[in-house]
Amino acid sequence: MADRKETILTVRGLKVDFTTPDGTVEAVKGIDLDVHAGETLAVVGESGSGKSQTMMGIMGLLAKNGRVTGSARYRGEELVGLPAKALNRVRGSKITMIFQEPMTSLDPLYTIGRQISEPIVHHRGVTLKEAKKRAFELLELVGIPEPARRIDSYPHELSGGQRQRVMIAMALANDPDILIADEPTTALDVTIQAQILDLLKTLQKRFGMSIVLITHDLGIVKHFADLVAVMRRGEVVEHGTAAEIFARPKTDYTKMLLAAEPSGRKSPPADDAPIILEGRDVAVDYTLSPGFLRGGSSVFRAVEGVNLRLRHGQTIGIVGESGSGKSTLGRALLRLLPASGHYRFGATDISNFDRSAMRPLRRELQLVFQDPYGSLSPRRTVGEIITEGLYVHEPELSRADRDRRAVAALKEVGLDPASRNRYPHEFSGGQRQRIAIARAMILKPKVVILDEPTSALDRSVQQQVIELLRDLQAKHGLSYIFISHDLSVVRAMSDYVIVMKNGRIVEEGDTDAIFEAPKEAYTRTLIGAAFNV
Amino acid sequence: MIAFILRRLASAVPTLFIVVTISFFLMRFAPGGPFNLERPLPPATMENLMRTYHLDQPLWRQYMTYLGNAVTGDFGPSYIYHDNNVAQLIGKGLPYSMELGFYALLLAVIGGVIAGTVAALKQNSLIDFAVMSVSTIGVTVPNFVVGPVLTLIFAIMLSWLPAGGWGDGSFRFLILPIIALALPQLAVFARLTRGSMIEALNTDHIRTAKAYGLPVRSVVITHAMRGALLPVVSYLAPCAAALLTGSAVVETIFTIPGVGRYFVLGAINRDYTLVMGTVILVAIFVIVFNLVVDILYGLLDPRVRHD
Amino acid sequence: MTDILQVPAASPETKGRSLFQLALIRFRRNRAAMAGCIMLLLIAIFSFVGPFFSPHSYDQVFPSYVTIGPSLEPRPDASTLQEAMEGVATRARVTLTEFAVEGETFTATVTSEQPIDPRSTRYFDRANEFENTSVVVTEDDGRTMKVQGLVDREYFPFGTDSNGRDLLVRVMLGGQISLAVGLLASLVSLGIGVVYGATSGYIGGRVDNVMMRLVEILYSLPFVFLVVVLVVFFGRSFILIFLVIGAVEWLDMARIVRGQTLALKRREFVGAAQALGLTDWQIIRRHIIPNTIGPVIVFVTVVVPKVILLESFLSFLGLGVQAPLTSWGALISEGANNIQSAPWLLIFPAIFFVVTLFSLNFVGDGLRDALDPKDR
Repeated sequence: MADRKETILTVRGLKVDFTTPDGTVEAVKGIDLDVHAGETLAVVGESGSGKSQTMMGIMGLLAKNGRVTGSARYRGEELVGLPAKALNRVRGSKITMIFQEPMTSLDPLYTIGRQISEPIVHHRGVTLKEAKKRAFELLELVGIPEPARRIDSYPHELSGGQRQRVMIAMALANDPDILIADEPTTALDVTIQAQILDLLKTLQKRFGMSIVLITHDLGIVKHFADLVAVMRRGEVVEHGTAAEIFARPKTDYTKMLLAAEPSGRKSPPADDAPIILEGRDVAVDYTLSPGFLRGGSSVFRAVEGVNLRLRHGQTIGIVGESGSGKSTLGRALLRLLPASGHYRFGATDISNFDRSAMRPLRRELQLVFQDPYGSLSPRRTVGEIITEGLYVHEPELSRADRDRRAVAALKEVGLDPASRNRYPHEFSGGQRQRIAIARAMILKPKVVILDEPTSALDRSVQQQVIELLRDLQAKHGLSYIFISHDLSVVRAMSDYVIVMKNGRIVEEGDTDAIFEAPKEAYTRTLIGAAFNV
Repeated sequence: MIAFILRRLASAVPTLFIVVTISFFLMRFAPGGPFNLERPLPPATMENLMRTYHLDQPLWRQYMTYLGNAVTGDFGPSYIYHDNNVAQLIGKGLPYSMELGFYALLLAVIGGVIAGTVAALKQNSLIDFAVMSVSTIGVTVPNFVVGPVLTLIFAIMLSWLPAGGWGDGSFRFLILPIIALALPQLAVFARLTRGSMIEALNTDHIRTAKAYGLPVRSVVITHAMRGALLPVVSYLAPCAAALLTGSAVVETIFTIPGVGRYFVLGAINRDYTLVMGTVILVAIFVIVFNLVVDILYGLLDPRVRHD
Repeated sequence: MTDILQVPAASPETKGRSLFQLALIRFRRNRAAMAGCIMLLLIAIFSFVGPFFSPHSYDQVFPSYVTIGPSLEPRPDASTLQEAMEGVATRARVTLTEFAVEGETFTATVTSEQPIDPRSTRYFDRANEFENTSVVVTEDDGRTMKVQGLVDREYFPFGTDSNGRDLLVRVMLGGQISLAVGLLASLVSLGIGVVYGATSGYIGGRVDNVMMRLVEILYSLPFVFLVVVLVVFFGRSFILIFLVIGAVEWLDMARIVRGQTLALKRREFVGAAQALGLTDWQIIRRHIIPNTIGPVIVFVTVVVPKVILLESFLSFLGLGVQAPLTSWGALISEGANNIQSAPWLLIFPAIFFVVTLFSLNFVGDGLRDALDPKDR
């Protein structure tokens, strides 16, 4: 690491620990970091690695039960242990932060103009009027359309991407030395992610501040950072320039992270494979009822005119941004919500099947959800959860038979069968997703709709779940509909891709064709954003 | 906004109608009547009385008559207070109850919010513990205990304040009843404020405000407080309606000529019209304060818009 | 994380800890809540078991001991007995020369100028205080007589009320009634509220609108007043009182359960259950109800003290349970009326009442923290 620029933030032996009823938990175990003027340091790690808590500790933002020790010097001034008043001279003026959750990081009760102005007034001692003028310039700078009107908007009137731009405007307001960006794009759609990162890059070039980027996404790091520190379980396991880390990772952990980009491809089924699930002219309307006393309800069309044919052994990937109607389409195909159109399952026309008529078919048509925390009832054991389907569809099974099936299903998804007596909250996200998959597979279904099954998981776990799903598909001859906003995962899973926007299909075709030669501009944007070109 | 208020007021009409209907029939189906005294009246007198008050007519007819009169503001004669009709009784008593209730509400809200905020800011400290203990006492000790104890200490032992009555209406007479009335509500406000303030202090946008070096005063008052007050404001409606329409207990203990006592006296004596009058009074207060609170809520929270 | 590598190292016998068990562990750690629990248990034992160990019954009247203060000494005390004995002596036309009380027995020596008729012991027995008087020795040709008998001495550690009833036993009885009303009324409100709220929330749509509209209307009825009307009109029996209070208190419960149900309906595990083909009733039974239990339990600990307070309010208005039955509320309001002349009538029931409500509060707070941990 020769001839780097002046070091402006030096972290030495920084520790963060939390007092909990179960004893003290060490979140950060004495780490060293250096931030150089005008450069970007990426702190990379999976969830729970302590990367966020490091920054929170330095900025004096830990939860009440947290404690920070060690040293963090900003241009020679020790920040650790500084009383709040003294720290407030640095926070928001010399060092600023943007956070992961643009939805909640802004106060919902004040206009964005007022919120951007507040730190300006406070740190520069100007009047609110002058600060508002600066806020207007900043909104223009970060690319908020119609800043004159938007300055008086409330956060809930803005989209997620716009709110993150507002946060960036706020961060730039006092010409900071260091901008700490804590997972700034994780909660945003892929296309928005790219825009926000571009904005940060441009602004850095223009104002020359240092950026500390905290992220779990190595794809971002490669194109963005000068220096990289890899964290695991509260320790920095490897650090160096971005080029070094990507070219010659030293530790196994870093290698695993780098390899974690989903890999592998699926070959399409034979052309004469029978069609197992078909939907024609699928359309779904949501009625937005405005409340009991207000007349007139409005109708929102979530899916319109979609045709889809799933062949035996095929995986169709459905991609699109949030709100594109891809999840709704999945549920409509399973007849889980009222939708118009024609549907066939195998040779049966199920267009007019009601709930009770669908019930016997449910065992053949399964669904796996995105959120492994929400999809398992917290008050039932894993055994009860995964055998629930048997209870409905094979009521003749004895308790012992059900238990045997549960053991087999857990083994199949790579979990210890002893887990069946435990409760969901005792498992990690990846393990929970395996439980959810076991619940679907125990019924030996023909079609499984996978609704963002990997989106809530860390990269390295994603790869494992993808491999598991592919193995199960090969073993049992399953057909999948794979819904995701993450194109790299879709590419690894499916042999046919449908791109959706605003409830309609904009493009569809074989996976390779779509990824190699996308026809539509929208598809190109999605691909560009996902693979960080 | 005006459209919203008008719509809400219009929707209050069916509510009031149902309230009146439920109360009317509930009372009439219960055994006993206003003139079934311990010593039975001579049948002729009884018949006379029944005729005077139209109680001999079929029930639906009485109901229609009552509804018709109530719309014009005539709530009928009181059966036990022969000199006055119900409207006059309420008209006389209400100003006393409302004055008392207003001060009590003021004390409860201001005291409760301040105590709750302080407790939340010093969470788990001695101050927090003290505020929570006092407010637990406030919630748990009924005001028919607080009233006599206050009288004993401040009126009888120390002779600082009058023991009861309205006197010339000067503030000295109001102090003890206000305290007795306000204490339980003050405790509720303190607990509510503390809870929502602790929650508000842990939100992401408070973290943002801290990260931008805003001074504690601005973080607490501008950002945390406004959000924390929302649940407090919601509680304001039932609380204000209850305080302003008088408390039977406090008015009895401090011999205050308010409307609170009529609730109980009317019910015990089966004074149908007086009971109906008080029911309608309370229902109107509840409806009006719900509306006021909804408007306040909209002003505090830009996410709620009434248009 | 590296999750497949660390499959939980559980032997087949390991049982996981359910959320409920975890909550129990958190609850046990909370000292204030545990103290509240123990306090409540002690008060319940005092109220329900105590009467079996008391020689007095709750409606037993002691005309000689009206409104006497609390004391650990037995009643009557030595000087009162002396006076009583002197009164007896005067009535029997004898002179009392010696009088002593030891425990439950007394000895007295009386003299007269004429020989004393042994039948005059009946004068002794006629007094409330003395019993089973018998002649021990007769001296001086019957002019001096030593008699012995039992003294009827009573203990009133809490004093007596204005009717001469033992306050200790009455506080026990009041506890029985107050606790029973609190619990039963809460169960009634729980029953109505859970069924109503869950139905409204799960069915949703128009049914939900209408059901919640009804709740709103009931809210605008003056609710304390409604209780008063119901009690006045339908009588004052114990059963009616808790039914009436429960029937009025269910509104909040219904709202809470409905809110919970609405939130649960959106959770993915309910979606998963639908995808598995469970029927509505199976979903409500297996997924909705078990998951509403936490907030419902917490709310019950709020309702119980509220109900006890409401019952005491009714008692204050003279609409509570009928004498000679009593409740803490009735005792307190009686005490409040006699606060100057007999403060103990207020103090003892008020202590039990406040301690109970305090404990319930701490238990409720503890349960809330245990069942609804923010740090998931």
